[in-house]
Parts: sequence; structure tokens; C-alpha cells
Amino acid sequence: MPWEVSREFFDRAFIAVAFLVTLGAAALIGEAREGRQYRTDPTVGAALDELRLMPNGISGTPPEIYFALGKPYETTAYDLSQGKRLYSWFGCGACHGDGRGGRGPSFLDGWWLYGPEMVSIAASIRDGRPHGMPAFRDKMTIDEIWQLAGYVQTIGAYKAKITAPSRNDDKQTRPAENRAPAAILFDEGPVGPNAVQEPSH
Amino acid sequence: MKAGAAVVLFVSAILIAGCNGAQSALNAEGAAAVQLKHLIIGIVVVCSVVWALVMVVLVLALLRARTPRESPSSESERRMGKLVTAAVAATVVIIAGLTIASFYATRGLGMSEDATLAIKVRGQQWWWQFIYDDVDPAKSFQTANEMHIPVGVDIRIELESSDVIHSFWVPSLAGKRDLIPGRQNVITIRAERPGVYRGQCAEFCGLQHSHMALFVIAEDMAAYQRWAAAQRASSVSSADPEATAGKALFMRKPCAACHTIRGTEASGSTGPDLTHVGSRQTIAAGLLDNTRGSLAAWIADPQTLKPGNNMPMVPLSSDELRQLSAYMESLK
Repeated sequence: MPWEVSREFFDRAFIAVAFLVTLGAAALIGEAREGRQYRTDPTVGAALDELRLMPNGISGTPPEIYFALGKPYETTAYDLSQGKRLYSWFGCGACHGDGRGGRGPSFLDGWWLYGPEMVSIAASIRDGRPHGMPAFRDKMTIDEIWQLAGYVQTIGAYKAKITAPSRNDDKQTRPAENRAPAAILFDEGPVGPNAVQEPSH
Repeated sequence: MKAGAAVVLFVSAILIAGCNGAQSALNAEGAAAVQLKHLIIGIVVVCSVVWALVMVVLVLALLRARTPRESPSSESERRMGKLVTAAVAATVVIIAGLTIASFYATRGLGMSEDATLAIKVRGQQWWWQFIYDDVDPAKSFQTANEMHIPVGVDIRIELESSDVIHSFWVPSLAGKRDLIPGRQNVITIRAERPGVYRGQCAEFCGLQHSHMALFVIAEDMAAYQRWAAAQRASSVSSADPEATAGKALFMRKPCAACHTIRGTEASGSTGPDLTHVGSRQTIAAGLLDNTRGSLAAWIADPQTLKPGNNMPMVPLSSDELRQLSAYMESLK
């Protein structure tokens, strides 16, 4: 029965092709895996340092290299997780709590005193802001500042990002960072003594 | 055949090479480790003999001519029945014997009431914190990744963890014991002879589990007491201008937020105590030998050397890096 034989052949061929396609897809995904660089190229770092803010210190233009790199600090899980680690390492929680604020302003309430743009947040961390925000210029490298800025932006993001930082090692004291928008969960308006804090330019 | 023999020789050479050196359960130098070693050897010998006997019987059975027979006589059947019963009885006796031997060998392990020295060990991702507490708080001190103990005395090791489960394992001195967050486990170790015994975290604890080594340095009582006295002292201030500049830098940069250097204002507690970091043999939990160059390499870029560890890179100019590494090296 030649028909039976050829059908068996087709079945086998189908399985073989499906196997090869799966293998190929796995290889492609593996190849497209997000690269991880632990130390930024010094020239890239120098370029990342060139923030241009508006005269009032709110918003501005990110360095061109930021777009050339594909805006990694907002979109890669590694950078966001690294930002989360930096948040605790550098004691941000001492003033900003778990993101709900304390002595410093809240991130979760979605009220950004200097705007929600990455460039504003990075500038706030790097150069400090009036009313108590210290400058971290000498304490953190510029790519660490960008990583932290990406994470801070995620805490009070208006819409959810596709990527998320790593889970909490400690107890959850508030919803995870990648839910959105923040306002639905913590829409309290500017909280605490920081309502008076405003740009002093 | 020749190639096969070469492979066998090569593999056994590698395996045998693993049996001595600073980290081996067969290189037993402590009472508990000696007991464990005897147990291992005893079980291996008994099992090998049993295995060899079974193989001999099997080969004999295979070689025996297959003579067609109608049915075995009742006499030979009875003989075979006795043989099988004897084999089953022997198996039961051997397994029971090994179980009892194992029970008695491990029962008293790691427990001693007359320990003269207690050392608190805290496992951290990914390094070991050793706290030598004293009734007089001024005499308490702590160190990291390198523990000194006097020889010939029982040492009570109190195991705690601050993040995930780790396991304290110095094969030459004792068996493994876990460090569990939220509780304290205890193990007693004892070194009979002076030496440097390497140990390792034996419970997978994250990305850098493999780079979580520790060294137990056993020395005679006088040498141990000299070491402890030196560790109790506050950090030394070097006269070298480079180290002095490095000290000022250490206080100004974020270093002091995580590390303690007694005798200075640096009093962070999340990172290893660096009061006498220059006196240790390795840095970063056995990752690198402690030289000024490796200290500088570590400070300059900890994440590339040990990805995932909890020390961030701090922006430093080359001069600042040189000053900091000089200061670290001067902390003998």
C-alpha cells in the first residue's frame, strides 16, 4: 500500500520540520537575548552625563546617546532591577520610604514636582534639588543614576511598563512597581510637608 | 584499548587529586570529620565487597554450561532455597549494620558541651560574617570570610543567616550545617592540627553561591591570642600620605555607609567589617588574593568581578582609586 507509506513519511517529515523550526526559534530568541554590561563604556558614560534641562530645571532633552542606546534604562528588566537595588543601597528609602514618601516627596502619588521625564529625574538625582534632595554626582556613576531614575519613574508611572524590576526581597508594603497607573491606587495628591516644595528658579 | 586506559588513568588522577588539599572530607583534621571519614570508608569497603561477590556469582552463573534439564530434584531445590534465604539474611544484617554504624557515627557529631570559644557566623549573599562576641563589648570584634581558631579545642559555631539559606561546610573539620534565616543552628568544630582549612557554602544561595568560600585558620593558642588581640585593636592610621588621603576619601564617598572601620567614623553594617581587611588572605569571599592590585580592581568594578553582589560601583578617579587601595592595604 504505497499511500500508507507516503503518509507515514509525511507525518515524520512534519515532526522533523516542526522540531527544526522550534530549534531555530529557540536559537533566534537566545541570540536576541538582552545583553548585559556591568561597566559602561567611558565614552558612553560621558555622553550620558550631558543632560540639558529647561531653564526652570523641569524637563529638557535627554542626551542623544540615550536614544541611540534604545532608551535602555526605562525598558530593560536588568536596568530596572539594578535601579531597585540602588534605591535601597543608597538609602533613598530614608526620605522617600517605599515610594510613598516621608521626609521627601512621594513617587507613588503620580505628582512629579519636576515632571515625570527621565531627564528630570536623572538630573534631580545627579545634581540634587532644593529643600533637602542631596546630589549623588560623586556617589554614583552616571549609568547608575540613569538606572535609578528608570526605577523611580516606574514607581509612579502613569501607565504600566512591559518590563518589571525584580520582586521584593522583603515584605510587600505596597503594590508592585509594574502595575499602573499609580494614581488609581494611591491618588492622594501631594502628601505631607512636601506640598510646598517647588522648583526655586 | 590503550586510549581507554589513558582515559581511566586521567579521570582517576583527577579524582584522586581532589582527595587532598585544603578542602577535602578525606583530609580529615577534626574529630567530627575523622568520624565521618571512617564512616565513608567503612560503607564504601562493605559495599565494594558485596558488589564484587555479586559480580563473581553473576559471572559464574553466566559461564555455567546451560544443560537442559527436565526439573530440578527436590534436593537441589531445597539447597537453592537455603542459599536464597542466606543471601536475604546477609543483606538484612549488612544493611542493619550500616544503619547502626551511621547512627552511632553521626549521633554525637557537632555537639559538645565543653566548647571554650563561641563564634557567631552570619551567612550573607555572598560572604561570611564572623562575630567574636565577648562579655566585655570592648573586646568583641568581627571579621569576614576568614576565621581563626585555636587548635585542640572545641569551638561552638552559632549559625545564622540574614537573607537566604546557606550551609557552613569545612570538609576537613566537620560535616555540613545549614544557616537558616530567623533561627540559630549550632555546630562544634575542632581542628587537631594547625593549618588553613578551606570551606564553602554548601546550599545553593543565589548567583554567586560558587564564590562564597571561607577559610578556617587553625593555629596554636598563643598565635590565636596574638591574632585576636590584633583584631580587637582599632584600625591603625598609616603615616603614608596616600593612605591618609584614601581614608578621607573613604569617609566622604558612600563606602562608610556600608562598611565599618573601627577607630573612624565609618560604621555601616551591611558590608564586611574592614577594620583589618589588609590582614586577610583573600577578598570577596575567596574570589581574589588580597593584594593592593586586586583591592583596586574590586573597588573599581565589583559587579564585573562578581556579578550580582551587593556592592555598587562608585565613581572614582584613578588617583582616588590609588589612594583608596593604599588605605585598604594599610589596614593590617
